[in-house]
Amino acid sequence: MIQVNPKEKSSPSGIALRMTNVSKRFGPVQALADVSFTVRAGTIHALVGENGAGKSTLMKVLSGVYKPDKGSIEINGNPYAFDKPEQALAAGVSMIYQELDLAENMTVTENVFLGSELPGKMPFTVDYKAMVEKTAELAGRLDFNVNPTAVVENLSTGDCQIVEVLKALMRNASIIVMDEPTSSLSESDAERLFKVVKELRGQGISIVYISHRLEEIVDLADDVTVLRDGMVVHSESVTKLDIPQIVRYMVGRELNEFFPGRNATIGDVCVRVENLSSAGNVRDVSFEIKSGEIVGMAGLVGAGRTEVAQAVFGIDKKSSGKIFLDGRELKINSPADAISSNIAFLTEDRKRTGLCLQLPCSWNITLPNLVEIGMKNIINPAKESRVAAEVAERIAIKWLGPHAPVDSLSGGNQQKVLIARWLLANSRFMIFDEPTRGIDVGAKKEIYTLLNNLAEQGKAILFISSELPELFGIADRILIMHRGRLAGNLRTGQTTQEEVMHLAAVEKN
Amino acid sequence: MNKFVRQLLPFGSLMLIICFLAAYQPDTFLSLDNFLNVFRRSSVNGIIALGMTYVIISGGIDLSVGSMLAFSGMTGALTMIAVGGEDPRGIALFIGTIVGVFAGLCCGFLNGALITKLKLPPFIVTLGTMSAFRGISYVMNDGQPYNVPSYKYLGEGVVFGVPVSVLIFILFVAVAGFLLRYTRLGRYTYAIGSNREAAFHAGVSVDRNLIYIYSLTGLFVGIAAMIATSRTVSAQPTAGIALELDIIAAVVIGGASLSGGRGTITGTIIGALLISFLRNGCTLLGISTNVQLIVIGAIIIAAVAVDQLARSKAEAVQDSN
Repeated sequence: MIQVNPKEKSSPSGIALRMTNVSKRFGPVQALADVSFTVRAGTIHALVGENGAGKSTLMKVLSGVYKPDKGSIEINGNPYAFDKPEQALAAGVSMIYQELDLAENMTVTENVFLGSELPGKMPFTVDYKAMVEKTAELAGRLDFNVNPTAVVENLSTGDCQIVEVLKALMRNASIIVMDEPTSSLSESDAERLFKVVKELRGQGISIVYISHRLEEIVDLADDVTVLRDGMVVHSESVTKLDIPQIVRYMVGRELNEFFPGRNATIGDVCVRVENLSSAGNVRDVSFEIKSGEIVGMAGLVGAGRTEVAQAVFGIDKKSSGKIFLDGRELKINSPADAISSNIAFLTEDRKRTGLCLQLPCSWNITLPNLVEIGMKNIINPAKESRVAAEVAERIAIKWLGPHAPVDSLSGGNQQKVLIARWLLANSRFMIFDEPTRGIDVGAKKEIYTLLNNLAEQGKAILFISSELPELFGIADRILIMHRGRLAGNLRTGQTTQEEVMHLAAVEKN
Repeated sequence: MNKFVRQLLPFGSLMLIICFLAAYQPDTFLSLDNFLNVFRRSSVNGIIALGMTYVIISGGIDLSVGSMLAFSGMTGALTMIAVGGEDPRGIALFIGTIVGVFAGLCCGFLNGALITKLKLPPFIVTLGTMSAFRGISYVMNDGQPYNVPSYKYLGEGVVFGVPVSVLIFILFVAVAGFLLRYTRLGRYTYAIGSNREAAFHAGVSVDRNLIYIYSLTGLFVGIAAMIATSRTVSAQPTAGIALELDIIAAVVIGGASLSGGRGTITGTIIGALLISFLRNGCTLLGISTNVQLIVIGAIIIAAVAVDQLARSKAEAVQDSN
């Protein structure tokens, strides 16, 4: 195999991708605002930013999943406007998502050729042998050692990533987008993937590389673009930047009077979690929360923040660890146990694990609370509606009435229905997982005020968030998760966003 | 088309069929005898459909109800003969009835336990038990029925001019309607069917409630089985073959969604009556039973198609908001 120096092959003037002034709005949220993004041919271009900064939206515009409100896309000098992902694929853009979309019980070859099988001699047949040979040749070009007839479900996650790359090559991709490819890979699998990515660059292919792991980016990428709040804040060659600088661009927001003043009195220890481990990527996590205290939890996607909450709440099975509430040890094996032990958990995924969308709002609000509102044996619908309406009024839910199905509400109001449920439960310890995700600024502020009020009532609050400014705005302390472990426990007044981001993103040596 | 209109649709169709038949065959159709006859025929299917409504709202399916009907009837009749001899009477009939109903409950419990403990899809579990219950029914008396010549009360008895089976049907409509609307079991049935994960996260014991739901269906099938046995004064191992399709059809025509979370007892009753009146009308008009099958098939598809159309329109309105 001939080794080509990547820098020689990519012509300096060659631009593989030019996205100009792309804007996209979802309801009240401006996800992208005049984003211009340029990738040189044959380079690895890192795209970084906090969660919700707009990286995924930008890439979905590129791959034809979303239609931009305005802006243009140029690939290898030709203008495109995609209505469907198929068109982007045909134009040479391949996406490799975090959740791989391989057909697990088919072979590597079948996956690589899925939808573009080579025809055989007889009609309606495929030439499997030729496909196997071609797959082997593609794999050889990347120095990737895999049996083309192996079934995908028997491969490691790292190999699956590379099969995705083969798929992209098979479709003659000139731009490959990789979304957090290493988030679920072991060190050695990640190393192998880096080799493949560099090999691709050597063959003149451009790679847009989305990752939160900043060391990785500094090692691998040629250029880096930082997004924040749907805007490009910086775009430069990696050699001119170091990790602290990138972090500063990612975070760099001012704290303002957006956050309500805190005046909850902090009392005795309310919640104590000791040596919590679970099958779901939580390893030996211990912390305490006092009554009246809001404790934030920071960390990257996949760092195990939600998993801590799920282990506490009885959703994931604990492999070890104890949970105490007001000094009493709790036995929690299911969410039902957790709720009756006076714990509430506002899920981050309200559509999947939160709401029963086609059922009435009132039913959703009372679902875990029927026994507490005196309806253990018989439900009184009139009283139920009244109770639901009372809680709804406290947080100003906009609905047509308690009987309206939840899916007739806007996203922010759906979130409020879920919050109303846990307000009604009136639990001692409340876990909020990304309560402000995907809702507009005004609604965010209401939620901050609400958290504050709950703290003033003496509740213990664990507030999981990917947005550092809001953690700094309302939390008393911040717990930082890194790869399933607690990497830090800092008072918000005595630390900086840079320090937190550093603990969350960088492997300790 | 709003929700109210959608629920009105099956009811409207029912009324339409009744008016049509009343106009064409006033003498035979409009007689009290004919109406009582239709209701009596509906009672067995109707009672089973009540249970099926729960199962379908919870997002499941029960294909075994037909075989369960045969098995419960056979078990009940066998008990009667074992207790009371060749021509059981009195207390033997009573004990047999209880045992038959209990057999249905056990079948339902077994379905529920297999679905939740082995984490298998309801379709597969009940497909298996459909075959197994039928097989046991054949094995019990070598494929022969059990005759219980004096077991007539449930099938032929009349109280104040109303057949006993119709009274039982009405009683269980009330029970099923109440449970679904006014108890946690009913509420959790909707929640599980609408979003099982969310129900679990909200503290619903999903497995336990699913076992209740399938057991309840078994109980209803057991009751229906004893009515069916009494009507023919014998328990047939071939009873209820392909019955599950009629039952599911009744529930779906009544507006329940096979993907779960939607359905009402009122809708199911209307669906069951719709099928019964359709059958009755076809017979009165001299349409053969073979053609009836075609008509009922068309109605099922039309009912669900109209429902889907109404829903996609409703969603389109929401999206534009």
